[in-house]
Amino acid sequence: MSIIQTQNLTKTFDTSVAVDHINFSVESGEIFGFLGPNGAGKTTTIKMLTTLLYPSEGSASIAGYDILHQRANVREHIGVVFQEPALDTELTGRENLDFHARMYGLTPEIRKKRIIEVLTLVDLIDKKDVLVKHYSGGMKRRLEISRGLMHSPTVLFLDEPTLGLDAQTRRAIWDYIKTLNKEKRTTIFLTTHYMDEADFLCDRIGIIDHGKIMVIDTVDALKKSVGHDVITLSCSDNVALQHRLEKESWVSNITPHDSFLTVGVERGEEKIPNIFDIARTINIRISSIDVRKPTLDDVFLHYTGRSMREQNTEIPGKKPTKSSGFHLRRSK
Amino acid sequence: MIGQKDLQAIYMLWLRQMKRFLRARSRVLSTIIQPLFFLFILGFGFNIAVFPGMQGSYINFLAPGIIAMAILFSSMFTGVSVLWDKQSGFLQEVLVAPVSRLSIVIGRTLGGATIALFQGFIIMIIALLLGVPIIDAQGLLLTIIIMVLLSFTAVGFGLIIASKMRDFEGFQSIMSLILMPLLFLSSAFYPINSSLPGWLQALSYCNPLFYMIDGIRGSLTGANNVLHPVIDLSIILALCIIIMGLGTYFFNKSEG
Repeated sequence: MSIIQTQNLTKTFDTSVAVDHINFSVESGEIFGFLGPNGAGKTTTIKMLTTLLYPSEGSASIAGYDILHQRANVREHIGVVFQEPALDTELTGRENLDFHARMYGLTPEIRKKRIIEVLTLVDLIDKKDVLVKHYSGGMKRRLEISRGLMHSPTVLFLDEPTLGLDAQTRRAIWDYIKTLNKEKRTTIFLTTHYMDEADFLCDRIGIIDHGKIMVIDTVDALKKSVGHDVITLSCSDNVALQHRLEKESWVSNITPHDSFLTVGVERGEEKIPNIFDIARTINIRISSIDVRKPTLDDVFLHYTGRSMREQNTEIPGKKPTKSSGFHLRRSK
Repeated sequence: MIGQKDLQAIYMLWLRQMKRFLRARSRVLSTIIQPLFFLFILGFGFNIAVFPGMQGSYINFLAPGIIAMAILFSSMFTGVSVLWDKQSGFLQEVLVAPVSRLSIVIGRTLGGATIALFQGFIIMIIALLLGVPIIDAQGLLLTIIIMVLLSFTAVGFGLIIASKMRDFEGFQSIMSLILMPLLFLSSAFYPINSSLPGWLQALSYCNPLFYMIDGIRGSLTGANNVLHPVIDLSIILALCIIIMGLGTYFFNKSEG
């Protein structure tokens, strides 16, 4: 059964289209991820699905309820972890969780038990009675996540769940998300621009860019679609070599980039000599070459045709974030 | 329409406001001290002035206006402070919760009203200590009812403003463009019948605050009121329902 279903979901702000007629469905019990750079429309999609924004066009349903006409029913079935902290800084950490628990109608016993449980998970149990305004950015983030895990919704939305967290906490959060998904069969919809996060957590991934879904599939199928191996090379004349290699039957795909080419092939290590031979016949000198298994980076690159992974690069105006994961750079 | 879950949410929203209010000591102090300034400085400053037809001393006339002013400012602040929640992101947490929009508005209104009435009562007690008379227990009860309705109306008004604004840029101009004329044309500081030219008097009768202050004046001190307190009360009640309805409607419409 599809638990999330969208039909031409669209959101326009003034003149720009943030989300452009997207159609997808998420099955019950699945971990589904939206992978895309900052500004791709991920958060806007989540806000529409969680009834915080009205779609400009199209519609969607959550657990069978329409997000436009059955908003109250939709809210009954969802939990959300927001990207920006949505905490009351004048309350303590424990009070924020208590507020949440009561708003979601948890019974007193469960409330107390869950508060201790989630605060322990994110390592904030010692700080529970400190006002949130005295928390650091990372602590706020952890509190925010712990709050989203408190009640057991049918669908849990996680908007960039581990943005700005240290490697150890990320790992703990990932494990918790997996457990939640397995034991309670909670459907999870998450957005991320970390390749490793999408790779580790998601059953299926939708790649989103400029408000459009480029492709949706399982992680494995997506990687296979790029080729079994990826050869990255740079040479004295990328264009000429690309034209020449396109004629070879063993090349499943070839994509040009700023200063290099990526070639999808099977048994990449055996193809390197072939490439050298071909290059020599048309007088092209190869300056570097590398072969590896495809990653989600390659998948993203393949479907969006945009620049490669980079660490700690953000679009201007957004705060830089630290992480052990990979970033996608938004560039022209 | 309002179930167990909603009552819990209303209580929680109310409790949150109480905690926030008590933790912000400067706000507690300033919201009480500011109206007291008005009460003392205007009260003593105009004490020897003679307004034709005014019964009793000027402070008896002024006190109901200052009580209403304190409640108005405090309640409007509560309504508009939704903007703070919007900017801090906390509003999203409230808006995605499985509780009706109506109970969110009720919770916020009750929280704001509690704080505003607390301030209103402090001003009232000080006014009584200064010698402002109460006519009877019935009048006091009616005064309290009007104070509550005034508070609800002002929170609703604040909610409408908040839903129409994205940030605090426009807040200052709203305060000076709407609130100040409302206050000066409300008979809070001087009787409109004897002081104002005809067309300004007509404007005063279009001013909701006029009926609230007139109502408190009539029911609390039983002097200097233009209309019978019960007439004031009916007008205030109708107004309160309309404004609260609009406030809920706009709050419901606004995006998180």
